[in-house]
Amino acid sequence: MKILTTSFLTCAVKACKSSPLSFPLHYKDAELEQSDIAYNPRFLINILPRIDWDAVRVTATELGFTVPEEKPELPALDASSSTDTIEPADEKTLRELHTLLLETEVREGKLVCGNCGHEYKIKEGIANFLLPSHLGEFELFPFCFLH
Amino acid sequence: MASMTSDEDFERSNVHEVYDQIAPHFSSTRYKPWPIVERFLLGLSDGSVGLDVGCGNGKYLTVNPKIFVLASDRSEKLVRIAKQHQPHTCIVADNLSLPHSPSSLDFVISIAVVHHLSTSTRRGQAIAAMLEVLKPSPCHEHSVSVDVNRAGKALIYVWALEQKHSRRGWDEGDDQDVMVPWVMKQNTAANGASEKTFNRYYHLYRRGELEEDIQAAGGEVIESGYEKDNWWAIAVRRPAK
Repeated sequence: MKILTTSFLTCAVKACKSSPLSFPLHYKDAELEQSDIAYNPRFLINILPRIDWDAVRVTATELGFTVPEEKPELPALDASSSTDTIEPADEKTLRELHTLLLETEVREGKLVCGNCGHEYKIKEGIANFLLPSHLGEFELFPFCFLH
Repeated sequence: MASMTSDEDFERSNVHEVYDQIAPHFSSTRYKPWPIVERFLLGLSDGSVGLDVGCGNGKYLTVNPKIFVLASDRSEKLVRIAKQHQPHTCIVADNLSLPHSPSSLDFVISIAVVHHLSTSTRRGQAIAAMLEVLKPSPCHEHSVSVDVNRAGKALIYVWALEQKHSRRGWDEGDDQDVMVPWVMKQNTAANGASEKTFNRYYHLYRRGELEEDIQAAGGEVIESGYEKDNWWAIAVRRPAK
């Protein structure tokens, strides 16, 4: 489970989705591991505008990292050019983002919803969002529980 | 109509448990991306973020290296196989309870998944759940047309009833709810070569049914067609009136 992934996840319980407390989910008992993923500056530059930086800050802080208050500014790349010229300062920022967002892996632990408190287990890096049946369809079909 | 719990139980025995048992063998037979799916993924703008719901072994995660895919499957065994495709992510999730914020994503693909749900209601819910996470079309006050370039898009792909030239030979008028055998050849030291058959449940879609289901779930079909025994459709969320 990567920090980049966490910024696109929320609680699977339908009733929680309208609550701001359900995003981001919170790590608990997290065991971290550094994984090795190919560095791709273009991927990071393209993805960064899609990321909710406040959510990344919450997650990173909970895992013990210090991140800047503002989302880093990255250079725009020439889409038609196959080689990228990146300034050393930007290179440093990109490497740090790469390590934080992609290579920091939560191997074991839980993701907890701040609204309902439900805990999703992470085992060997894979989070399991299957809900017990009483939480799954409740919002859509409350009448199921009447018979 | 059967209750929700028994529908889930049925799918557990006749879809999920089967995939868990056949995962490595199934995965070894699934490596070539289907052309419509490849075209859809390659057509997304750089930096798009979206879902592969029911990702199986993750064969679509390698198609476009410029997008970020959050892949999910019910089968933990298949998720473990799909996880190798970095820098993407793979989680275990149910397609009726997706763990993503509404209106947050650029795309969703659902390839050969919705046909495993055992009732029309549940198939509709699966489609609605995918549409819900898509960014809505920007609303134009004086126009009912959808700005499809900026809206999140879903590609849904299901097995067709009309496939009389396939190995299965089903066609119009046949039963749409079928059990389809998966034959797994095993080589064990104790028994030598043997075969074991697993049956999976499918709902075979007839012509037009996928588009009807998408409409009913709140989507607007912007393109659809038939590709090698399957019906497919690309949809956006219909703007609220």
